Amino acid sequence: MLTFNLLVFVCVLYVALLFLVAFAAEKRAEQGRLGWLRSPTVYTLSLSIYCTAWTFYGAVGYAARSGLEFVTIYLGPTLVMVGWWWVVRKLVRIGRTQRITSIADLISSRYGKSNLLGVIVTVMAVIGSTPYIALQLQSVTLSFAVFASDRPEGWAVPDLNSTAVWVAAGLALFTILFGTRNLDANERHHGVVTAIALEAVVKLVALLAVGIFVVWGVAAGPSDMLSRIEASPIADWQLNGGRWATLIFLSAAAFLCLPRMFQVLVVENSDERHVATASWAFPLYVFLMSLFVMPIAVAGLSELPAGTNPDLFVLTVPLLFDQEGLAMLSFLGGFSSATSMVIVAAIALSTMVSNHIVMPIWLSARRGGASMSGDVRNVVLRSRRVSIGAVLALGYFYYRFSGGGEALAAIGLISFTGVAQILPALLGGIFWRGASRVGAALGLVIGFAVWGYTMFLPSFGESYVMSAGLLSEGPWGFGWLRPRALFGIEGIDPLVHAVFWSMSLNVIAFVLGSLASFPGPLERLQSAQFVNVDDHSASARGWSGGAAEAEDLLVMAQRIIGAEEAQALFQTEARAQGKYGYLPDTTPDFIRTLERELSGSVGAATAHAMMGQIVGGASVSVQDLMAVADETAQMLEYSSQLEAKSAELTRTARQLREANEKLTELSVQKDAFLSQISHELRTPMTSIRAFSEILMERGEVRPEELTRYSSIIHDEAIRLTRLLDDLLDLSVLENGQVSLNWQKGGLHDVLDRAVAATGSMPAERPLTIHRDAAAETVTLTTDTDRLRQVFINLIANARKYCDAEKPELRIEVRRRGAVVQVDFIDNGTGIPKKSQNLIFEKFSRLTDQAAAGGAGLGLAISREIMVKLGGQVGYLPGQGGAAFRVTLPLTQPQTDAAE
Amino acid sequence: MRSPHPLFVARHGYRRRRIIDAARVLPLLGAFLLFLPLLWVGEGGTHIGVVYLFAIWAGLIVAAFFLSLYLRHELANPDPPQDEEAG
Repeated sequence: MLTFNLLVFVCVLYVALLFLVAFAAEKRAEQGRLGWLRSPTVYTLSLSIYCTAWTFYGAVGYAARSGLEFVTIYLGPTLVMVGWWWVVRKLVRIGRTQRITSIADLISSRYGKSNLLGVIVTVMAVIGSTPYIALQLQSVTLSFAVFASDRPEGWAVPDLNSTAVWVAAGLALFTILFGTRNLDANERHHGVVTAIALEAVVKLVALLAVGIFVVWGVAAGPSDMLSRIEASPIADWQLNGGRWATLIFLSAAAFLCLPRMFQVLVVENSDERHVATASWAFPLYVFLMSLFVMPIAVAGLSELPAGTNPDLFVLTVPLLFDQEGLAMLSFLGGFSSATSMVIVAAIALSTMVSNHIVMPIWLSARRGGASMSGDVRNVVLRSRRVSIGAVLALGYFYYRFSGGGEALAAIGLISFTGVAQILPALLGGIFWRGASRVGAALGLVIGFAVWGYTMFLPSFGESYVMSAGLLSEGPWGFGWLRPRALFGIEGIDPLVHAVFWSMSLNVIAFVLGSLASFPGPLERLQSAQFVNVDDHSASARGWSGGAAEAEDLLVMAQRIIGAEEAQALFQTEARAQGKYGYLPDTTPDFIRTLERELSGSVGAATAHAMMGQIVGGASVSVQDLMAVADETAQMLEYSSQLEAKSAELTRTARQLREANEKLTELSVQKDAFLSQISHELRTPMTSIRAFSEILMERGEVRPEELTRYSSIIHDEAIRLTRLLDDLLDLSVLENGQVSLNWQKGGLHDVLDRAVAATGSMPAERPLTIHRDAAAETVTLTTDTDRLRQVFINLIANARKYCDAEKPELRIEVRRRGAVVQVDFIDNGTGIPKKSQNLIFEKFSRLTDQAAAGGAGLGLAISREIMVKLGGQVGYLPGQGGAAFRVTLPLTQPQTDAAE
Repeated sequence: MRSPHPLFVARHGYRRRRIIDAARVLPLLGAFLLFLPLLWVGEGGTHIGVVYLFAIWAGLIVAAFFLSLYLRHELANPDPPQDEEAG
């Protein structure tokens, strides 16, 4: 016999079991043994909080009232999950990379971390969820009442309101205990998730058990059941196309936008692959939940007396057939459905309220005071606990005010339509880069206002907020503003009417607002990160405690305020804490200092977002934000570096090529020089050896032969000596080791002595030298011995090479400012043009006349001497013969003195 | 710098992309089939509607199951270029 006490006892036992499971799961997670706690099965089962008491009790009632229409509520989510590759996968990925804590956080974060949007969505979610929570309280209370009202034996009928209060208080306690243990929502609530997974199993088993009992216990199997369906009043149901489509859309939208669904779907998700499993497992779950709804409704309608609340058929049908164990299981199933939903909804809503309403207020209240003390965590946790209580209290008051009399499905649909208003901003945010904050805010507010006017406020009944006159005549008599016939379009189903107008106006406002506005930089950065999440997901990194966190902070700070400053800041802080290195403990003091430093560079909002990350608060870490900016900046920098490097390489290559050419040339010159010099040395050596051999071998040598041979040997030896002298001279000159003897002297004297020195040379033809004594009276400062050497060389050349019949040499002296030019012009055939460049090279002798007597080093030496003296010697073409011009300064050049 | 995606991909990559395409098409097909009853409103009995809807539903679940076997692997070993246009 079921007694009320037994019912309460089983209930308490069941709740104790839930506490135990949650506690054990938390313990396991603390020890790091996550194992099955993070399995796809638990993930899928946690999604089943979509099936609340509304499903458990309400679906049957819905089917009894509106036939097959109840399945639309499950077909929408089925389509969403089957099409998970479109939206859910992206949401989960964004949630993980951006460390999203709630749907309000997602919207706020996407639209430039707008706190305004966070507040709007939070308020909408709280208002939208309130009827839903009320629905759960109502269903639990009603289920208690079933056991009381149907029993004439007379155990005391419990006060419905006090039951609701007790249930609400118990739920609040559980939620606070297991839902606010962690601060960072991303650390996940293992205890809660495990408990609701267990509840998911209980409610599925309970509903299946009742269903199987009905099909095989009440009816005679599936075919009998189908014929019973055809015979029941449900068969009269006509499919309403508008409602059918609207409800599928609405349930799909709500599945994504309900705060509690977002919590389990995105926030509590630990692995994207779990979504793959859930893509078929969750539809299977709701499929099984829906399978026996119709049979139970048919059985209830046919077996139970007319007027019985169809929302409670799941309980009353087993009771009718005296299946008390089944009824108890069914009761626990309903209880599970209600409690799991309320717990997760309370957690999700409290996170939103604390992060988007309490924390900003608290922070702005603290802004005046310079110090932010270390009790941020406590503030957040306390605000969440209070929020949980407040959310449940709101649900309770809605239950009291709405009278608790409405069908469960109707209340649920009000909630669905409310939260569905978030859908345009959500989908626009993850698929459309151009969606802007202004558009999102406009869409949300307008959609929400229309929902409130056409659906939410009228739901309180005619006596509370809206008068009967307002509903039928419109405000101030404006007929076109009637809440259930906007713009005078009548005859639409109220639900379709509300959904249609709220969603269309929402979308129109959202799109127009986005098109017309211009987003800020942070907003555009975020839009890129959200829409292109697949491109950035590789850089996702979790925040782990201890050194890694300080390191992450350092990396972030370095990017924002520069490496040196950040390191200095961290090092100073570490030293103040008595640590070595760059990584201090992340104490609240340090975070505060860091935030101040950061806000100096990137503004307070961003720095605050970073702080929020550390206190487990809102939004996106700066690291992720900077990742996008950094990638671009790095790319630009990298490419400009590449360009610079490439230009440098080209330059170096060119230089190398030039150097190589020079080296090759020098190598060729060196080879030529070596072969020349060997040749020059060998010629006299050969004749010296030959003649000395003759002298050695022949015993009797005639005296005249002896004289001739020895004079040849002597001449050749002199020639060798001269060659070696010349080489030595050239080497000394080229190496710059020569010491010049600067002195004043007359050019005339120098020329006189040079002509005299060459006069003694033997010549085939006598050389006539023409001079102009008057022009030669020039006094200059130079090394007169060296200068004479040059002149001797030039005159000797003329004497040797001038091939004219009557060789003549003109020496012309001309003053040109600070320099004097001395030209040596003979009347020979001159030097061919192609050879004019070569004559100053070593060993360059144009003809191999025996008379040369030199090694061809004369002009090379002359040139070196003239360079040392600050002048030059060059070939002067176009003078009728070979002509050389010596140019030399009148005074000692300044630069030469230094050499 | 990201290299431009190749216009054609190898057989394995091709198969992979078509499976993703299938995953994208499946909800559209599902929606089409679930909206189909709007066309034959009133014809046949309610029990036919029940059988039809639950059959479609079960079919979607089975299709999603087989797709998820491939796609789970895909998530574990993501292939960087995710260009839908390349074929």
